[in-house]
Amino acid sequence: MGYIKKSPWILHYDGSSCNGCDIEVLAALTPLYDVERFGIINTGNPKHADILLITGGINAQNISVVKQLYEQMARPKAVVAIGACAANGGIFAECYNIIGGVDKVIPVDIYVPGCAARPEAIIDGVVKALALLEQKGH
Amino acid sequence: MMAKMLMIILLVFIAVPLAGGLLNGLDRKLTARLQGRVGPPVLQPFYDVLKLWQKNTTEVNHGSRYYLYMTLFFVVFTTGIMLSGGNILLAVFILTLAAIFFVLSGYAARSPYSFIGAERELLQMMAYEPMLLLTGIGLYYASGTFFIAEIINTSQPAVLTIPGVLGGLLYILTFKLRKSPFDLSMSHHGHQEIVKGVSTEYTGKDLAILELIHWYETIIALAFVFIFFVYDSILSYFVAAGACVLVYILEIIVDNGVARTKWEFALTSSWIVTGVLGIGNLLLLSYLR
Repeated sequence: MGYIKKSPWILHYDGSSCNGCDIEVLAALTPLYDVERFGIINTGNPKHADILLITGGINAQNISVVKQLYEQMARPKAVVAIGACAANGGIFAECYNIIGGVDKVIPVDIYVPGCAARPEAIIDGVVKALALLEQKGH
Repeated sequence: MMAKMLMIILLVFIAVPLAGGLLNGLDRKLTARLQGRVGPPVLQPFYDVLKLWQKNTTEVNHGSRYYLYMTLFFVVFTTGIMLSGGNILLAVFILTLAAIFFVLSGYAARSPYSFIGAERELLQMMAYEPMLLLTGIGLYYASGTFFIAEIINTSQPAVLTIPGVLGGLLYILTFKLRKSPFDLSMSHHGHQEIVKGVSTEYTGKDLAILELIHWYETIIALAFVFIFFVYDSILSYFVAAGACVLVYILEIIVDNGVARTKWEFALTSSWIVTGVLGIGNLLLLSYLR
């Protein structure tokens, strides 16, 4: 049996987000949503994480950072792109320094829509990522 | 004799890690309740370790994980000594050896985060080690023997003669349980300035072993408190168990109520507490005798 579903540890990275989605990601940890009920922990360390939550688009300066974070995570791992910017650059898509969505640099498994994405939607995205992780693990 | 041996082996390899994991699960539950959250299931630490065991293990260099294995070995050895009623000084020294290997595991990973974690772990050892040693000496003062089996068979509990030593031990227990305000080297909470300290570079099975080490250390820390209350009476075992529960709850409340201190305060305050409560208690005893 795969235990990854019971203990998904998360790494949260802010690409070039306006911090709207980041506040909603952190809201999921507060007493109102309390994702630790499901064993979810915000690790802040790629080596301990199972799921990478990225908010905001990719800009010229953070390509290597995002790649490195992804590569440092131990398999099985999943990437959840949160918000419109992480999906395709969103409102910043036309900016001179924005490359585009997260999937321009690393493979994305789940896209969570919204501007900003609601905490419920983010939790739902993580749950979908878990189902995916369990498939990957076997 | 054979049956006793078998029971100790069962306790050390099965009951102690199970109890340690369960205690940590209860800790997380209680912590969540103190913060107005529901919290994870009590069995969450076991899920975490089982998950880590199933994950891919990456390593920075090939040798670093062996220091972790040695830490686990010596921690298990300490548990064995304590449960079989062995020499308390030996238990303290072997526990120190385990801590040394833990520091080396941080240095071996060659990461700036684990480097700082290892340095702070050394600093923590400087802070708590004198008091831990004094606990052994204090128990000798109270009962006239270093053997745990004899210490717990005296006519009165050690806490009556050396309450100061127990107080000092409680102060440095926060280091051993890795609780705030003295969780400088490796906190349970990821978001801090040194990420996860010593454990930063460890993944998968190695991280699972690190968690297992923490479970053993929790039980060892509480076992020291246990010894203070037990004497030649069956009832005292229940009193001692109750004291351990109280101490652990107190640690959790302190963990949630206090911010982390700077290292200067952690070091000097624990030395002052060691001097006043630990050495003071022993000096007083030697005058009274």
